[in-house]
Amino acid sequence: MPHWLQLMLDSLPTLLWAALIFTVPLTLLSFAFGLFVGLVVALVRLFGPKPLVAVVRFYVWISRGTPLLVQLFLIFYGLPSVGILLDAFPAALIGFTLNIGAYTSEIIRAVIGSVPKGQWEAAYSIGMTWSQAMRRTILPQAGRVAVPPLSNTFISLVKDTSLAAAITVPEMFQAAQRIVATTYEPLILYVEAAILYLVLSSVLSALQTRLEVRLNRYGGFLEARS
Amino acid sequence: MIGLTDIEKRFGDNLVLKGVTVTIEEGSVTALVGPSGGGKSTLLRCINLLEIPTSGTVRIGDETLEFRPGIKVSTRDIQRLRLQTGMVFQNFQLFPHRTALENVMEGLVTVLKWPTERARERALALLEKVGMAHKADAWPATLSGGQQQRVAIARALAPSPKVLLCDEPTSALDPELAQEVVDVLGQLASEGTTMVMATHDLRLASKIAQEAVFLDAGVIVEKGPAAVLFSNPQQQRTRRFIATLKQEAEKEGGGESSGAISP
Repeated sequence: MPHWLQLMLDSLPTLLWAALIFTVPLTLLSFAFGLFVGLVVALVRLFGPKPLVAVVRFYVWISRGTPLLVQLFLIFYGLPSVGILLDAFPAALIGFTLNIGAYTSEIIRAVIGSVPKGQWEAAYSIGMTWSQAMRRTILPQAGRVAVPPLSNTFISLVKDTSLAAAITVPEMFQAAQRIVATTYEPLILYVEAAILYLVLSSVLSALQTRLEVRLNRYGGFLEARS
Repeated sequence: MIGLTDIEKRFGDNLVLKGVTVTIEEGSVTALVGPSGGGKSTLLRCINLLEIPTSGTVRIGDETLEFRPGIKVSTRDIQRLRLQTGMVFQNFQLFPHRTALENVMEGLVTVLKWPTERARERALALLEKVGMAHKADAWPATLSGGQQQRVAIARALAPSPKVLLCDEPTSALDPELAQEVVDVLGQLASEGTTMVMATHDLRLASKIAQEAVFLDAGVIVEKGPAAVLFSNPQQQRTRRFIATLKQEAEKEGGGESSGAISP
C-alpha cells in the first residue's frame, strides 16, 4: 500500500469522528436555529412595526457586511472583554446561527412575497386568520420555491464550519491540522479533508434533489403557469 | 338578509364607492353589473371584508358591523362576519399544493375544526354536487379552468355560508368551460342559495339572477328585477351599457354561445 493511502486510512477514523461530533452537529443546529431566526426576521420585515423593521435591517446589514471569521473572533475572543465568556462550540453555534439567520431571512422574505396575493384572499375568504393563512397556505407554497436557495446556504454552511477551527473548535478541519502537525504531510491530509467535505455536500445536494421532486409533484403556482 | 348601507370606499384620493345602499333578500340571486372600474368588484369585496369599507354598515343575517373613518375594526369582528360568506374568484385561486378534495376540506378542518372524516364526507358530497367527485384526488394544476372553478365553488360552499359571493366567476373561461360553471351556479340558485355576483357575463346574469344592480363610477345608477334591467333599462347610462354588452356578445359568439365579454 502506498504511503499516502496508508496515512489517509489511518487518519480517517479521527477525521470522521471529528465530523460526527462537531462538524455535523454544528451544521445541523446552526442551520435549524438560523432558519428560525431567518423566518422571524423575514416576518418582521414584511409585516412588523417600523421600529422593529429598522432593528432587523440593522442586524442583516451587519451580519452580511462583515466577514464570518471576524464575527466568530468577536464572539469568542472579543466578548470576554465585556464579561461574556463562551465555550468554543456555543460561540461557533451563535456565530453561525446569526450569520445563517441573516442570509436566510432575505430568501424567506423573497419567497413569501412570491406567493400570489390571490392566495391570501382565498385563505381569508374561507375564514382563515392571518396565522392560519400563513401556516397552511403561504408557507407551504413559499417553501417549495425556497428549497434551491436555502440548499445553497446550507451547503455553504457545511464548508464554512471549518472556520470554527480558528476559534479552537476541534471539528474536522482542525483534526486534520493536528495530524499535519505531527506527520508533516499537509498535502495528503488536506486533500483528505477536502474529499470528506465534498462527500458531505454531495449528500446534501442529493437530498435537495429528492426534496425538490417531492415538493414539485403538484406543479407549483397556478397563476404562473397560465 | 344582507344589508349594505351607505358604503363608501376610498383608495387614497380615489373614491371608488360613493355611498352605496343595497339590500339582498335571502334565497335571491343579485347580479352586480357595470363597466370595469365602476366599483362592482369592490362592493362585492366589501361584503366579505377583503376590502374594509371606509364608512358604512355591513349586515349579514344577525351580524352587523359599522365602519367609520379612522376607527379600526377588530380582526375578530371581521372574522365573524367573513365566516358568513363564501367567495368564488375570477381566477379560481385554488390552493395548488392541495388536491381538489383537500381544497374543499381546508375551511372545515382548519377554520371550523371539524374532524377529518366528517370534513371528507361533506367535501365529497359537495364535489359530487358540482360534478367533480371523480377528480377528488387530482391536483388543481391538472384540471381545466371550468373544473377548477367548480372545485372552488365547492370550497366556498363547504362552511355553509349565508351568501355566496362570485367575482366574475366565468370571465377567465372560454364559452364552453364557462357553461359548466353557469350550469352549476344555476343549479345552486334553483336550490335557494343566496348569491351576489359581479359579472360582465349577460348570459350568466340573465340566466340565474332575479335582481340586478347597475353600478357606474361608484354609485348605483339603477337597480331592479334582472329581467327588467337587462331588457328594458330606464336610465340612459344603463341602456347604453346593456346595448354594448349585447353587441359584443353577438360579435363574439353569434349571440347564442357566449355572453362573456372580456374586459
